[in-house]
Amino acid sequence: MGRYLVRRLLQSLLLLVLVSMIAFAILHLAPGGPLAQFVATGNLGQEDVARLMAQYGLDRPVPVQYLEWAGNLLRGDWGSSYRDQLPVLTKIGIHIVPTLEIMVASTLLAMFLGGMIGILGAVRRYSFFDHLATVGAMVALSIPTFWFGLAVIYVFSVNLGWLPAGSRETIGDGSFVDRLHHLVAPCIVLALVSTAVWSRYMRSSMLDVVNQDYIRTAKSKGVPAMRILLHHALRNALLPMITITGLHVSTLLSGALVTETVFTWPGMGRLFLDSVSNRDYPVVMGMLMFTACMVLLGSLLADLLYSAADPRIKGAST
Amino acid sequence: MSAVHTASIDSPPQTFAERYPALRRFLRHRVALLGLAVVLFMTIFSFAGPWLIPFNETDTDIRARLMGPFVGPHIFGTDPLGRDILARLMYAGRISLSIGFAATALSVVVGVLVGLVAGFYRGAIGASLMRFVDAMLCFPTIFLLLAVAALIEPSVTSIVVLIALASWMEVARVVEGQIRSLRERDFTLAAESLGASDSRIMFRELLPNAVAPIVVAATLNIAHAILAEAYISFLGFGIQPPTPSWGNMLENAQSYLTNAPWLAIVPGLAITLTVTSFNFIGDGLRDALDAKLDR
Amino acid sequence: MNLYEPIHTPVVQPGAQADQQADSILDVRDLNVTFRTAAGTVHAVRDVSFSVRRGETLALVGETSSGKSVTCLGLLGLTPPAPYCTITGSARVTARDGNAYELVGTPERVMRRVRGGVASVIFQEPMTSLNPVHTIGAQICESLRIHLGMNVRSATDRAADLLNQVGISDPKRRLTNYPHELSGGMRQRVMIAMAIACEPSLLIADEPTTALDVTIQAQILELLEKLQAETRMAMIYITHNLGTVAEIADRVMVMYAGRIVEQADVVELFTQPRHPYSRGLIHSVPRLHSNRARKTPLFAIPGNVPDPTGHPPGCTFGPRCGHFEPKRCDAAVPVLQHAQPGHLVRCVRWPEIEGAM
Repeated sequence: MGRYLVRRLLQSLLLLVLVSMIAFAILHLAPGGPLAQFVATGNLGQEDVARLMAQYGLDRPVPVQYLEWAGNLLRGDWGSSYRDQLPVLTKIGIHIVPTLEIMVASTLLAMFLGGMIGILGAVRRYSFFDHLATVGAMVALSIPTFWFGLAVIYVFSVNLGWLPAGSRETIGDGSFVDRLHHLVAPCIVLALVSTAVWSRYMRSSMLDVVNQDYIRTAKSKGVPAMRILLHHALRNALLPMITITGLHVSTLLSGALVTETVFTWPGMGRLFLDSVSNRDYPVVMGMLMFTACMVLLGSLLADLLYSAADPRIKGAST
Repeated sequence: MSAVHTASIDSPPQTFAERYPALRRFLRHRVALLGLAVVLFMTIFSFAGPWLIPFNETDTDIRARLMGPFVGPHIFGTDPLGRDILARLMYAGRISLSIGFAATALSVVVGVLVGLVAGFYRGAIGASLMRFVDAMLCFPTIFLLLAVAALIEPSVTSIVVLIALASWMEVARVVEGQIRSLRERDFTLAAESLGASDSRIMFRELLPNAVAPIVVAATLNIAHAILAEAYISFLGFGIQPPTPSWGNMLENAQSYLTNAPWLAIVPGLAITLTVTSFNFIGDGLRDALDAKLDR
Repeated sequence: MNLYEPIHTPVVQPGAQADQQADSILDVRDLNVTFRTAAGTVHAVRDVSFSVRRGETLALVGETSSGKSVTCLGLLGLTPPAPYCTITGSARVTARDGNAYELVGTPERVMRRVRGGVASVIFQEPMTSLNPVHTIGAQICESLRIHLGMNVRSATDRAADLLNQVGISDPKRRLTNYPHELSGGMRQRVMIAMAIACEPSLLIADEPTTALDVTIQAQILELLEKLQAETRMAMIYITHNLGTVAEIADRVMVMYAGRIVEQADVVELFTQPRHPYSRGLIHSVPRLHSNRARKTPLFAIPGNVPDPTGHPPGCTFGPRCGHFEPKRCDAAVPVLQHAQPGHLVRCVRWPEIEGAM
């Protein structure tokens, strides 16, 4: 297990370096470079631009700039926003919690709902429910998240008035219940894609497991059906789901951005969108790196969890 | 020694359907056929439709603004500027579908090239290419799209390139995996021993055998590309008005949600229908072609 | 019903009749198993009747699709549910406490009690028959706790005893092992331990040694014989390997295309096989000749097993039989006749097929 851990960490570090290079390259693709915000106003002359470039160190060779930038990242200096001069990491720190709220809540919902649908579909294979679930999952993956969000707002907010149309809390009332109330709609909307993914993979995982010899053995021992399902089958079927969840972080982050836009949720997605609109490059860059790190971390954690959960791997690398 | 009784050899296949078992399997996949029908309909609808209706997408008629669907002569109603929604939907369909197809074509070309080279040469070249692919995949799609979109002048061409940039990786992965396994097969070794050049082996021997998963990946890619365009146009960084796309129609519809919901329903429905259909086709292709691979 | 008692006390069956019947653990009458598939209806098992007595080993011999495995899976209800699979006929199994259970058409909750508690199965593939995410101790204890209601501590102790009984050393430590940490032979021993945990009166072994090395095969066979001697359980041993049959069986039943074609005491079957198929099988076993001059080509029964969805009229073995006689053999399916007491054969021409092997 130790050796596996080290190997995985090294892989992740390599990817991290590559990610940083790509992010840096993207920034330097900007027409006008990182000073585009200033150049766009058109007030600056050539000497001013040259002076600014020297000031920001933008006239040095690119690899040098990259190394300095990367070095800063490691030191915790992710730059400051062009708009309000706040450190990028601080801004991210402020906005990350609301995003994590909807990400975690929707994942839990998706696991539960998607898991149930997947298991039922596998157990009642080719039944009407199964076909409905398969088609439903396909449609759910094709619906634009923001459209679904608008639909939820229209039905539950505008028409029924059950749920608030946006924001994280009502002004003046920041109680837990109020926050929960505001969480419902964005959570449901973000969970749409995750539920579809979970139900499809859960179904195929369960089908794989249910046809295994050891399930036949359990049945021949006289084990009750429910116990076979939960204790024997599910325990095996959940293993690949760990990996799936790890790979799903990227999709979840994208969905969170869109959901936050529709529900004016004050999370990282909103911050990113605003920064892009304002050409606030340090924040954009920092967030690109940060989200890529989140994806890498998610994948790493999933792999570690998997190797801890599957006895065949746990013992293998020691 | 007694004679062994063997079954008779099947007579060679005669009909068209017998000669292309994959096609036959696909045709049996009712849902995929439905998807194909819908896609064809949407394509014809978008490209030929405008000749069939009396309205233009740019004709504004302030008096008839925000009319509901099925009320007057405008089947799907009108938008805040009095433009016919149905017409806009068709023109927007042209843009969105074209972007979807073009972006996919581009991403498939790039992805296949990268995957071919990485799978064929393996070793350091293959590993570094695939690590690069992995690194690109670490960026959440929308974040990547927006970050680059902010840097460029949005036009149909640039959006196509942008979406292709964010979707070639999956194709590359699929191709690399296929090529890597095909690389070990006897026919490859045979070609090598006959002195065939690298590029000849790659393009004449390996690539034709990898077509099936590429086709499946490409079909699913179209679905993703259409969605991607919708997302970035909705967020304001894609196709800019007045050019209509299904995505930016939805962006306009946001502020009129309470009093004119059909503005949002119609384009959203179009996107969902089209993307679902491509997904169904992709699934059907996967079932039809995968089975063939195993035989 | 607590079965955890030393098995030296004779079990009295309420309402016992003849001596033979009192000893009969399994009584199968006219068992039929039919599958509904996309290709058509498959009669996997037809009109199979047999009994197995306490302490006796019945070998079920045949090629693939002879119905030998399906017979036993069908007995325990391990086949797909209706409407994909229909089972008719009757099968009565007697437990150690004397209770008899009907196996065909019984509700699932009764079958659950029978499986593992009264009759157990061990399968062919030890590598995949154990759940990879649970320790073998947990899997053995599961049987004990379900059928005997034991608590964890006593179940663990008993599991260790069982591992000892099946010849696994250091049982206490082995209980915490996962299946992937054991070799194929050891996993099969664990399967056997699981099967006999609740002291069933009947053990069905479905080709338990086919997937193992020859040396391990011998060990497993020895183990099964030893356990049978200790526990006096009835055993059905399914195989296509005649060598193992000679070693372990008391009686043999040869199956072809879903029917019993011959049933006899093991010695008699090997010395005086009556049915052309059995004769063919026994003739096919390669022999080592010390005398080089006597080397003959290996014998194989000509032809192939018939397609399960379409059997030839009359005797299903007809097309492959060297003694086939038109109008006699294909007129109707032959019935089982007594060639000798205790020796049944399904062939109309058996008296004319003479000669020992």
